[in-house]
Amino acid sequence: MSDAPILEASGLHLRFGSVAALDEVALRVWPGEVVAILGESGSGKTSLLRVLSGTVAPDAGEVFYRDAAGVLVPVHVAGEAALRRLARTEWGFVHQNPRDGLRLGVSAGGNVGERLMAVGARHYGGIRAAAAEWLRRVEIDPARMDDLPRDFSGGMQQRLQIARTLVTRPRLVFMDEPTGGLDVSVQARLLDLIRALVADLGLAVLLVTHDIAVARLLAHRLVVMRRGRVVEHGLTDRVLDDPQHEYTQLLVSSVLAA
Amino acid sequence: MSGWALRTEGLVKTFTLHLQGGARLPVLYGVDLSVASGECVALAGPSGAGKSTLMRCLYGNYGAEGGRILIRHRGETVDLTAADARLVREVRRETLGHVSQFLRVIPRVPSLDIVAEPLVARGMAPDAARAEARALLSRLNMPPALHALPPATFSGGEQQRVNLARGFAPGYPVLLLDEPTASLDAANRDVAVALIREAKAAGAAVVGIFHDTDVRDRVADRLFTVEPRPEASRSAA
Ligand SMILES: Nc1ncnc2c1ncn2[C@@H]1O[C@H](COP(=O)(O)OP(=O)(O)OP(=O)(O)O)[C@@H](O)[C@H]1O
Ligand SMILES: Nc1ncnc2c1ncn2[C@@H]1O[C@H](COP(=O)(O)OP(=O)(O)OP(=O)(O)O)[C@@H](O)[C@H]1O
Ligand SMILES: [Mg+2]
Ligand SMILES: [Mg+2]
Repeated sequence: MSDAPILEASGLHLRFGSVAALDEVALRVWPGEVVAILGESGSGKTSLLRVLSGTVAPDAGEVFYRDAAGVLVPVHVAGEAALRRLARTEWGFVHQNPRDGLRLGVSAGGNVGERLMAVGARHYGGIRAAAAEWLRRVEIDPARMDDLPRDFSGGMQQRLQIARTLVTRPRLVFMDEPTGGLDVSVQARLLDLIRALVADLGLAVLLVTHDIAVARLLAHRLVVMRRGRVVEHGLTDRVLDDPQHEYTQLLVSSVLAA
Repeated sequence: MSGWALRTEGLVKTFTLHLQGGARLPVLYGVDLSVASGECVALAGPSGAGKSTLMRCLYGNYGAEGGRILIRHRGETVDLTAADARLVREVRRETLGHVSQFLRVIPRVPSLDIVAEPLVARGMAPDAARAEARALLSRLNMPPALHALPPATFSGGEQQRVNLARGFAPGYPVLLLDEPTASLDAANRDVAVALIREAKAAGAAVVGIFHDTDVRDRVADRLFTVEPRPEASRSAA
């Protein structure tokens, strides 16, 4: 309990013309914690993820990441090189569209292996073995190792993206609607896989979703957003079973038994 | 040791139904409950009085409106109404167990792992945790063939036995039981009664809702009546 947050943001504002995508948002994430950002379309979820991961600069506010060495990194002041280093080593990204997170012209094994090489792995046999092991973990037959992901189904591509992201054992993973574009049966399998991997590896995860069932299954804690503001946050089962804010009550009441 | 393991002081819970024009539904008011280690308190009161609501507040599943919920955790007193989400998770992992009326099924996870999970979360090696889970499931007359299956397709009684095994495996110092035996046959009800008695003997403070008066008489040391609020019964009518 005495451990410090891995990510800490406060006073975040972001405007696009007359739209407040973020309006006085604060958030803290601790190691090993899965935090879901829940809200309707346009509520600012993706904007928040982008600001937290340094992809978009806020109009106001600060984001701090505590790195593996315990050093507090000011994400929007650290500079491009520092962020690139984090993205390669300590952070992972799982995009809604696997095409944004994979290199479709590189073999499945290569997609996983090149992330390892980017953090310094050099031994070809070792890299290949690690890639095969990760394909197995995400339930892709290692015999498909030399195939191009462009020929994979959407669900397989998404599982490959997860293997590519987790192979370097990042400390903090950003996921934006990781099961968004998939049909329901494929989604269930993928969620289950994410749930097991996240628990096994003890990852901190920031997960954007508009799906209450996904949040219920994966998240320890919820942040509910509406029009750029956090309207409610807390323990997942507390927020979903005893929602306090009018908007959260509406969200929860509009789905069947999540 | 001043006796209690769990207590409430002036606990208040009112639901505000924003989707019904902001109607307010007062359920709990000024509830003072105190449960000692080794004691089982059964909640009583008519349907709609707020027994399940009180239980959920105790678990932190419902947020309290006022008052305090105190629990002995790691040798200290924690007020669950003021604790942040992370502290509540820690209390749930180490101190406070809950057996709900129905299992909330996690898709594709085998029963054995569902039962072992809270043990692993407390630091037990996965193999040892599975061995304990297997023993407890067997004691609840779950055939070994079912241990490897996810409970999604199980009967109500089978699901409830997975739920019981998960709740009893860790040996929580404080245990909340919401209708733990409702879907069980006589033989398994007896196992559940034995588990509750053993938990008490090991020092657990137990709060339960038992509609089955036979089970209640066999495990409860006393009753605590949740008084219906006049406004609540009017709104619920
Ligand atoms: N680059 C941009 N230029 C202009 N407006 C933007 C831009 N990015 C986001 N917005 C606006 O900011 C608001 C928040 O957008 P954001 O993408 O964060 O929503 P979201 O919660 O992720 O929604 P969805 O669930 O649909 O993905 C929206 O009104 C959106 O139109
Ligand atoms: N999440 C909720 N939102 C709104 N009202 C609720 C919620 N949970 C319970 N209530 C209301 O609180 C009151 C007490 O319900 P509760 O389930 O605690 O009663 P109970 O004593 O357990 O009854 P029973 O013996 O029938 O199970 C009821 O009027 C119920 O409708
Ligand atoms: Mg988005
Ligand atoms: Mg009840």
